[in-house]
Amino acid sequence: MSFAVLEPGGDAATALYIVSFSLFIIGVRRGTHPTTAKQGNLIAAVGMAIAVATTLLLDGIGNWGVIFGALALGSAIGVVASLRVQMTEMPQMVALYNGVGGGAVALIAWAEIRHGISLGHEIPLDTLIPVLFSAVVGSISFWGSNIAFAKLQDLIPTRPLAVPGQQVINALLLIGIVVACVNIAINNDDPSQAVFIGILIAAALLGNLVVLPIGGADMPVVISLLNAFTGLAAAAAGFALDNVALIVAGTLVGSSGTILTLEMATAMNRSVANILFAGFGGAPSGGGAATEERPHISIGAQDAAIKLAYADSVVIVPGYGLAVAQAQHAIKEVADELEQRGVTVSYAIHPVAGRMPGHMNVLLAEADVPYEQLREMEEINPELPRTDVCVVVGANDVTNPAAKNDPDSPIAGMPIIEVSEAQQVIVIKRSLSPGFAGIDNDLFYEPNTSMLFADAKQAAADIASEISQL
Amino acid sequence: MDLITELTIFVLAAFVGFEVISKVPTTLHTPLMSQTNAIHGIVMLGGLIVVGYADDGLEYAIGTIAIAFGAINIVGGFMVTDRMLGMFSRKPKPKAGEGES
Repeated sequence: MSFAVLEPGGDAATALYIVSFSLFIIGVRRGTHPTTAKQGNLIAAVGMAIAVATTLLLDGIGNWGVIFGALALGSAIGVVASLRVQMTEMPQMVALYNGVGGGAVALIAWAEIRHGISLGHEIPLDTLIPVLFSAVVGSISFWGSNIAFAKLQDLIPTRPLAVPGQQVINALLLIGIVVACVNIAINNDDPSQAVFIGILIAAALLGNLVVLPIGGADMPVVISLLNAFTGLAAAAAGFALDNVALIVAGTLVGSSGTILTLEMATAMNRSVANILFAGFGGAPSGGGAATEERPHISIGAQDAAIKLAYADSVVIVPGYGLAVAQAQHAIKEVADELEQRGVTVSYAIHPVAGRMPGHMNVLLAEADVPYEQLREMEEINPELPRTDVCVVVGANDVTNPAAKNDPDSPIAGMPIIEVSEAQQVIVIKRSLSPGFAGIDNDLFYEPNTSMLFADAKQAAADIASEISQL
Repeated sequence: MDLITELTIFVLAAFVGFEVISKVPTTLHTPLMSQTNAIHGIVMLGGLIVVGYADDGLEYAIGTIAIAFGAINIVGGFMVTDRMLGMFSRKPKPKAGEGES
């Protein structure tokens, strides 16, 4: 049975696909402000519904039972996952979604090759090359994303796992993949399916090996990069299937992933290649004990509450430690107490404050922090010298003045939130231990810095109750 | 469609993509990523075509997994984006019933 309404590749179907990708672009365009973004998301979803409906109406499409069964299964998983996921787990979820998207592309490429071989005549190169590209990139993205997911979910250690001779193995795999692709392209009148499956497996290994050595702190870059990969793989599938909606949608996602990757790398002041191949993030920080104890000021919750309550302006600098301690709601309570006393409160958010781009903003939005109080690094830095108190919660390297002052520091040149410029600084932290970069934070020993050694959530709750009693 | 037409579309789409996406503020980058997750779920169309014209067992299997993967992306991606954006746009609720402070 088939509805047999639209001719595959015909004008009507293409026109509907054009409507669909236009809605994607409008949808993303509306995502530039929180008040319109929700509507934009809906517009993009309508575009997707049109694209799916158009495809289902193509002449000759059948096997409805299987199609709707698979649709129902995937949709059910999607609904449950989207309702259950915690905001702290968003990076894992996005990693997994990148993965399944890449996996789907690789599978479709495999089906296309099989289909081409079964027809028995030459497969044109303008189909074959995009198929090979989407197979390789899709497979890398699937396996790389699964590893990223496993690391973020703590299923495997987040520290860099080095394989001996890693770079050489990766290079050999890449060369092997290219040679095999050329082999298939040359023999395009009768390509070997075994070679193709070999390509999928080699790409899978490469995906595993590239992501395994990357540490937890570098995950924002990895997730963004895999996002870009999946998008480009989808665009390539669009070339193979002659489908404009796939080309434009895939390219849109590819651009988005590329922009985010570059922004994250800039925020860490490292090149993408360095992040992927150096295994720097999450380097063992065991050397901390060797350094001598430097003088610092330690205070309690009550002192902190007094400093905050009598300030005019307070800037809170949250880091991933805040998310780990689930302290976002407690911090919001401190902010509420302060605002009731007429203190101006805002949040300074470093681009890599979470485990993915914009992650910290979502965590704070979940705790009902108003959008207007969420300030970007470049925007807040000039205001910090006029700020009475900066509260650093669970952030470390992104506040280290060494990035600015010490050209020999490993993080030299990394853009930081210049908290040491503020009149006073309170750092809520469990100990003086270094952060992911494995280096001492000079901020802790500045004369205007007070250390509050405690769990972030407990400390915030204590400070809030102390303020309310003042 | 010939290759050159498709390349033209690809290049123009890349420029549009860079232009539009660079205007999305850092604050909204996580919802942007989950929304683009949903959009790349469009690869499901490939799965629909594979299953729709399938005539052997392996083709059914490959296509079915591709459709299910795509549907996870589309449904899960759009829904979780909606949920997140709801957090950004909702108004601060008054603390009902708490006589504190």
